[in-house]
Amino acid sequence: MTIKLQAAPVRVVSSPTRAGATTEVHGAASASRADTEPRVELAASHLAMNVQDLAAGFGSFRAVDAISLEIRPRTITAIIGPSGSGKSTFLRCLNRMHEEVKGAWARGTVSLAGQDIYGPGVDPALVRRHVGMVFQKPNPFPTMSIYDNVAAGLRLNQWGRVPDMDERVERALRLAALWDEVKEKLFQSGTALSGGQQQRLCIARALAVEPEILLMDEPASALDPVATLRIEELMRELVRSYTIVIVTHNMQQAARVSDYTAFLMMGEDRAGRLIEQGPTDELFTNPKDSRTEDYITGRFG
Amino acid sequence: MTRTTLDRELQRLQDEMSLMGSIVSRALGESVEVLRAQDGAAAERLMSADDAIDQQRYAIESDVLILIARHQPMATDLRALAAILEIVGDLERIGDYAKGIAKVTLMMGGAVPLPPLPELPLMAAKARSMLSRALEAFLRQDAEAARAIPQEDDEVDALYNQVNAAMIEMIIADPSRMDQSNYITWAAHNLERAADRVTNICERAVFTVTGDMQELDAS
Repeated sequence: MTIKLQAAPVRVVSSPTRAGATTEVHGAASASRADTEPRVELAASHLAMNVQDLAAGFGSFRAVDAISLEIRPRTITAIIGPSGSGKSTFLRCLNRMHEEVKGAWARGTVSLAGQDIYGPGVDPALVRRHVGMVFQKPNPFPTMSIYDNVAAGLRLNQWGRVPDMDERVERALRLAALWDEVKEKLFQSGTALSGGQQQRLCIARALAVEPEILLMDEPASALDPVATLRIEELMRELVRSYTIVIVTHNMQQAARVSDYTAFLMMGEDRAGRLIEQGPTDELFTNPKDSRTEDYITGRFG
Repeated sequence: MTRTTLDRELQRLQDEMSLMGSIVSRALGESVEVLRAQDGAAAERLMSADDAIDQQRYAIESDVLILIARHQPMATDLRALAAILEIVGDLERIGDYAKGIAKVTLMMGGAVPLPPLPELPLMAAKARSMLSRALEAFLRQDAEAARAIPQEDDEVDALYNQVNAAMIEMIIADPSRMDQSNYITWAAHNLERAADRVTNICERAVFTVTGDMQELDAS
């Protein structure tokens, strides 16, 4: 598995090795574009994220502070917490979407497969190619067909024509458990689908570029209970091949769907901090911190 | 595709409960064999095996709590989980009755030959048959079958009364056998209680299907 985060001209000497990760750096071998790009090769088991001492905000406002969290491969990690605890800001730091807002800043380390995605020369677009995102409101491209919605990410990322596009679109739609519902109307508009279908279309679009990690920001909050359950069951299917981080206001959803849960809460300085994290089985039956207990039992928040 | 995770987890818990039921049932049968054979070594093995049954109960209880916390089950699912919590408690107690019979075997010490006790294996076989059908009725959600089983408890009670009468006769005939007689009555009482626990399981099966809490004690 090769992870490339650097834009072509930047030379990677080495990436920091953490927790026993073995990194191997290959030098440029030929003049073609692909081969002149520095490569860091890692075993698949290292395709996790490790967040160290992350702080992020906007201008003088600190939205999250001092967050360290390990995202384990092939698991679902849920981020829960009251409004204003910095959940979404934290999530958006994991694929450098946060900095798209004017005045936004982030400090700390977010490593993907051992490489800091905030490291010098890292191309945010490449980061987002490896770390896909699904948003709260289903947002299919309104002028595009179902097929083109899924193909769009591939076309953008692969600099031109994709030879096996039909197969890739079908595979992504199957992965998103949408294929059977749309295979007869691939060239109709994506916006004609129901809310739940649109959200699965957005998941298919994110999966089409074959990311390693999928970030989901309240992916079911605009959906009815049945569509919500479909998304949750889909997540349990996807986690066999992908690593998922989900932000949710819905504590019950976090309890149902995740393997690990992290609880964020706003401190006195209004910055969101990590209060507790652990296996979901434990956090929802026997939380260690009284603030977590108070939140999950509905005593505040 | 909807709710497959909850269904899978419920099925897994039911399988674990069934497995625990078979282990407990086998322990009950073995306990009577051990008593009749006055086999001290086997009695000790049976007593220590009870720890595993206790652990199984705790593990299932913990899994039920996790499932409730994570999946917020409703209606039949919620009643089934509440029933499983109760049923594993009953199974664990039936395991304790088997352990108690093994303990009686050790206390008797094999000194005096036992009188013939045809009632004890009959009681054990009846209780085991009732247990296995009660668990099946729960798993199949068969309230009618669950309602019918407790009536059979009368047969176990009748056998217990026979043992009791025989032991009183034995003491009258030979007062030196007072201890032995008490031990045997104790063992028979454990078997009678085991069958009573099956009635509780039947009540939980009916509750899971209908939502009604009903006493099913026939006698």
